[in-house]
Amino acid sequence: MQQIFNFVIRNKTFLLFLLLFSIALALTIQSHSYHRSKFINSANGLTGGVYGTFNSIDQYFDLKEENAILSDENKRLREQLLNSVNTSDSSYIDTTSYSQGKYRVIKANVYKNSYSLTNNLLTLNRGENDSVKQDFGVITSKGIIGIIDNTSKKYATVLSILSKKSQINAKLKSTNHIGSLIWNGESPEFTQLIDVSNFAPVKIGDTIVTGGQSAIFPKGIGIGTIDSFETDISGDTYNIQVRLFNDMTNVGTVYIIENLDKTEIKALEDSIDE
Amino acid sequence: MNSVIGANIVRFIALLLVQVVICNNINFLGYINPYIYIIFIFLFPIRENRLIFLLVSFLLGMMVDMFSDSGGVHAAAAVCLAYSRPVLLKTSFGMLYEHQTIKFSNTEVGSLITYITLGTVLHHFILFSLEIFNISNILLILKKTLFSSIFTILLSVLIIILFSRTRK
Repeated sequence: MQQIFNFVIRNKTFLLFLLLFSIALALTIQSHSYHRSKFINSANGLTGGVYGTFNSIDQYFDLKEENAILSDENKRLREQLLNSVNTSDSSYIDTTSYSQGKYRVIKANVYKNSYSLTNNLLTLNRGENDSVKQDFGVITSKGIIGIIDNTSKKYATVLSILSKKSQINAKLKSTNHIGSLIWNGESPEFTQLIDVSNFAPVKIGDTIVTGGQSAIFPKGIGIGTIDSFETDISGDTYNIQVRLFNDMTNVGTVYIIENLDKTEIKALEDSIDE
Repeated sequence: MNSVIGANIVRFIALLLVQVVICNNINFLGYINPYIYIIFIFLFPIRENRLIFLLVSFLLGMMVDMFSDSGGVHAAAAVCLAYSRPVLLKTSFGMLYEHQTIKFSNTEVGSLITYITLGTVLHHFILFSLEIFNISNILLILKKTLFSSIFTILLSVLIIILFSRTRK
């Protein structure tokens, strides 16, 4: 017994190092292997407060650009209103065509954005107080950004499409061939669409939109255009390089989308599984 | 004594804020960021208790992790750097360290640069290995380590020289 105590006292620095290092390692592994980063994330009061303070300064530098984006969007919406044709297959976001009150839209500001890591997250200034919950979709006027990951009272983090953990259902705009949108961790301008059937008429320059098979995003929200494609090693599917509509390095204002029918869809799907 | 603690607390908060608000957003050439918060670990008083040193380094890394949503990679790298600091000090300062008489404000610049270079490369290698977490991407890890290290070393040396008052 005495010897054990002596051992602990003699090696206390090393043991403390080992303890702290294993905690850090456990957190790292946890953040790599699960969809949610549970314990340490920036959706809390401290980080949100700091980011909020500096964001209010930062905003002034982008005012011009933000204005241009907003007036662009206004123009599109105005055109749609005047022409008032049903454009549910359009590449841009048109919340009026998702009528019958199926979707609720919440506006939010981006407090923190990252795109140089292998799993990128954004922090938004909306949280549970604005009834934002996990698995809501996040988009801009141009296209999709990601899915809500964690929420606190006032803030939320978004799992960006620039993340190795993200996998989003997408399809070709012209046909209904579907695939999964993933990211290879390289360039923030491109994502990859895999598992697209060989029968699909893939052309460079074609538009990729969300598939609407999951309850997160409405069908037909723009993602990007086809930059290049190749046949998979197996020979049955295409791997498509998608150039994103959004400049993921410069995101200011986003919209959070809630699917009001989600619980119903989920319940139905769960009942099939059983 | 109290002024030493005070100075370290101020340094902790200042470096943390500069890191998360400015340095994490530089993204030079798309992915190169300096990680200057490790200056705190470099400059921590040598004669302080090593257990406290390890704990404070862990806390600093954890805070950076919390701000940048990166799991525990910064905490792990910071703890490793803190634990291996005596070895780094011995290799770069030699006799001075043996006699426990190093004052970072009046050491030779050459030894200081060796010390910071060794520490930064070690820290960044652990950081990026854990962040990418895939041995088949070893080239990407080395590339990120190299370029970010150069950036961090330059900034760290400049900051340390600028903020030390009694340099000859």
